[in-house]
Amino acid sequence: MNILIYLIPIALLLGLLGLAAFAWSLKSGQYDDLEGAAQRILMDDDDVSEPEDVR
Amino acid sequence: MGQQTISDDARLHSAVEPTSSGYETLVQMNDDGLYVLSVLVSGVHCAGCIQKIESSLSQQPDIRGVRLNFSTRRLALEWEGAAEQANGYVAIIEALGYSVQPYDIDVEKSELFKEERFLLLCLGVAGFAMGNVMLLSVGLWSTTTETMGIATRDFMHWVSALIALPTILFSGRPFFRSAIKALSAGHTNMDVPISLALVLAGGMSLFETINHGEHVYFDSAVMLIFFLLIGRYLDFRARKNARSTATNLLSSLSGFANVVGSHKNSGDTSRILIRDLEEGMIVRVAAGEKFPIDGVIIDGESDIDTSLVTGETMPRTAVMGAEIFAGTLNLSAPVTIKVAAAAEDSLLADIVRLMEKAGQGQAQYVRLADRAARLYTPVVHSCAALAFIGWWIIGGLVWQDALMVSITVLIITCPCALGLAVPVVQVLATGRLMREGILVKSGDALERLSNIDTVIFDKTGTLTLGQPTLDGGYDDEALKMAASLTVYSAHPLSRALSDAYDGALHDVSNVEEISGKGLCADYNGQPIKIGSRAWCGDVDAPQSKALELWLNIAGQSPVVFRFIDHIHKDAAEVIDKFMKNGIDVVMLSGDRQAVADDIARQCGISKVYAEQTPTQKYDVLEGFKRAGHKVLMVGDGLNDAPVLAGADVSFAPGTAIDMAQNAADVVFMGGKLQPVYAAYKVATLTQKLVKQNFALAVLYNMIAVPLALAGFVTPLIAAVAMSGSSLIVIANSFRLRFSA
Repeated sequence: MNILIYLIPIALLLGLLGLAAFAWSLKSGQYDDLEGAAQRILMDDDDVSEPEDVR
Repeated sequence: MGQQTISDDARLHSAVEPTSSGYETLVQMNDDGLYVLSVLVSGVHCAGCIQKIESSLSQQPDIRGVRLNFSTRRLALEWEGAAEQANGYVAIIEALGYSVQPYDIDVEKSELFKEERFLLLCLGVAGFAMGNVMLLSVGLWSTTTETMGIATRDFMHWVSALIALPTILFSGRPFFRSAIKALSAGHTNMDVPISLALVLAGGMSLFETINHGEHVYFDSAVMLIFFLLIGRYLDFRARKNARSTATNLLSSLSGFANVVGSHKNSGDTSRILIRDLEEGMIVRVAAGEKFPIDGVIIDGESDIDTSLVTGETMPRTAVMGAEIFAGTLNLSAPVTIKVAAAAEDSLLADIVRLMEKAGQGQAQYVRLADRAARLYTPVVHSCAALAFIGWWIIGGLVWQDALMVSITVLIITCPCALGLAVPVVQVLATGRLMREGILVKSGDALERLSNIDTVIFDKTGTLTLGQPTLDGGYDDEALKMAASLTVYSAHPLSRALSDAYDGALHDVSNVEEISGKGLCADYNGQPIKIGSRAWCGDVDAPQSKALELWLNIAGQSPVVFRFIDHIHKDAAEVIDKFMKNGIDVVMLSGDRQAVADDIARQCGISKVYAEQTPTQKYDVLEGFKRAGHKVLMVGDGLNDAPVLAGADVSFAPGTAIDMAQNAADVVFMGGKLQPVYAAYKVATLTQKLVKQNFALAVLYNMIAVPLALAGFVTPLIAAVAMSGSSLIVIANSFRLRFSA
C-alpha cells in the first residue's frame, strides 16, 4: 500500500494541472462566445488573424 | 473579395452616404499602444458573415487584430496609425451590408458577465474535485477495512477531506450567497437546505475522519455541488438573454446625427451622438436615413415612412413645419429638422420608458421551480429534524449518532434531480426550436408560453407581410415602362413594382422624384409620369380600397397598378389552430379601422382593436392582464415594443426592428407564422416533461427518505441514489428530442 504515498499525490497533481488549464482558458475568454466557436468550424480557410489580447 | 474592390466600395459608399463618421471619438488606446474600437454589428447570422467581416478588415494594412463575437455581435478592432481610421473601418463593414452601432463597453464589465465566469469556474473546480474524490471513494467502497487496514483508510479519508473541504468552500459559494441573502431577507429558498446539507456533510465527515470513523460523505457533498452547479449553469445560460434592460434598448438612441452648425451660425456639419442632441439644434437627415430625434421640418419636403411608430403601411408626405418622430424613416429627399425635444424626451424615449415599466411588471412571475422549492424546503427540514428527535429521544441513540442519521437525510434529499429537472428540458427545447429557426431568448419564456390563454397579433408585418406587393396581372409593356421609372425610388410602392418586374428596362432620362406625388422622366423625348391618382391618374376611375400607382405616358390613357399588403399564407391556419386549443385570438393595429377589419376577416379574427397609439396598445394589454388573462403578444414594430415587453410572453418575427426583437422573448425566422404555433406546441411538451421530472424527483425521495430515516444509508448508497436520480431525470428530458 506504500505505493499510494506516491500515486495519490501524482494523480492529484495531474488533476490540478488540468484545473489550472481550465482556469486559464476561462480567464482568456475562450468560453465567451460558444456559439461563434461552433460557427467558426465551418469557415474554409484560416487566413483570419487571431488577436492575442482582445478581451 | 479582393482588397481593392472593398476599399473602392467603401469610398463610394462613404461619398454617397456619410453615416460612418464620428467613431474616432469612441476609439481608445490599449497597453500595447494600439488603437482599439468596439462596435456592435447587426445582421450577422452565420459563419459566412463572421468570415466576410473579419477577412475584409484583416486585409487592411494597419489592422492588427479583428475578432467578432458571434454571441454578443461585438466586433473588437485593433490597429496602429491614426484614430480617424476607425471611420474607414466602419465604412468597410457597412459596405458589406451590415449596420454598425457604437458599442457600450460597460456591458462587458457587467455583473452578468462576471457571474457566468464565476459559475463556470466553480463548476470546473467541483468537477475536478468530484473526479479525484470518487477515485478514492471507489477504492474505499470496493474493499473492507479489514483488508485495507485502518491507517490506509484514514489516509484516504484525509486526502478526500483535503480535496473536498476547499471545494465546498470555493464552489459552494453560489449556494451559500443565495441562502444568506434569502435568510437575511426573512424567507427561505432552495439554497438554504442545500447549503445546510453541504456544511453539515463536510463538517460531519471531517469529524468522522478525525475520530477514525467508518463513513465519510465527502464524495456525496462534492457530487452534490457538481450536479447542482450544472443545473445552475444551464439555468443561467437560458436566462442570460432574458428581457433586455433599458441600457440595451437605448442603444437605438446611440447612433450619430448630422448637426448643422448648431447655434454658431457656421455652415459646417458635425457628427454628434444622438443622446447629446439638444432642443433647437438643426439636424440634416438624408434620404434613406432614420430620423434620430423628434423635431419639426424647417427645410425640404419628403415622404416619411412612419410604419415603425404608427403601424401604417403607407408613407405620409411631410412638408415644412410638419412634426417628425424619432425612429421614422425619411424616404425620398433630404430634409433639415429643428430638434423639438432632447433625445430623452422624444417619443422613442417615451416608448422606452413604457417598456421599462412593462418589464418591471414582468418580474413578478414565479417560476414552477421556485414554487416547488417553497414546498420542498420546509418538508426536508422537518424530515431531518424528525429523524434527529426520533432517534435521539424515542430510538435511544446517543445524540452524535442521531445527528448522523439526520444529516444523511439532508444529504440524500438534496435536490440534484430537482435542480436539473427544469434547466435540462429547457436547454433541449430551446436547442430544438433553434434548429427550426425559432430563437428563444429567455429560458422561462417556454414555461410562460405554455400557460397562455390569449394571443394578440399585430397587423402590419406580423399577420401581413408588412410591405405592399403588386396585385393582379398587367400588360408587359406597361410594367416594363413603370419599372424603368420606379427603380429610381425608395418609396414602398415603387420598390414593390420594381420587385414584381424581372427583365430589361427602358433607358429613361431626367428622372425626378416629386415628394408626395410621384416620379417623372423622359423616354424617347416623351414625358412619362408614375404616381398618385390625383397627380397623373384618371380621377374619374372607380375608387378601390387597394393602394394604387398610375402610369401616365403622354398621349395614352393612364394605366393603374394595384398593390395590397398580403397576409401570410398560413395566418388563417395558425389562428385556427390556436382557437382549437381554446385560446382567444385578438388583433391590435395602429392602422385604420376599415383596413384592420378587412385583414381580420381574412384571418378569421373577430376581436379587433384598430387605430391604436403605442400607449393605447399598452392599455389594451393591461386590460387583458387585469382581467386575469395570460397573454402572448406577436408584433414587429416600435409601436408594439411596450406591449411585447409587458405581455406574459412575446414573439417578434426576424424582420422586426431591433427594438421589438430585443423586447420579445422569442424571435422567429422564415417569413411564416407557423413557428408561433410550433413554439407553443414545444412549450406545452416541455412543461409536461418538467412536471414528469418533478414527479420522478419526488418518487426518488419517497424511496430514499424512508431508507435514510431508518438509518440504512451508507456513502455508497447515497452516491448511487443521487447520481441515479439525476441520470433518470436527464434521460427523461431527452425524450423531447425524439417526440414529434
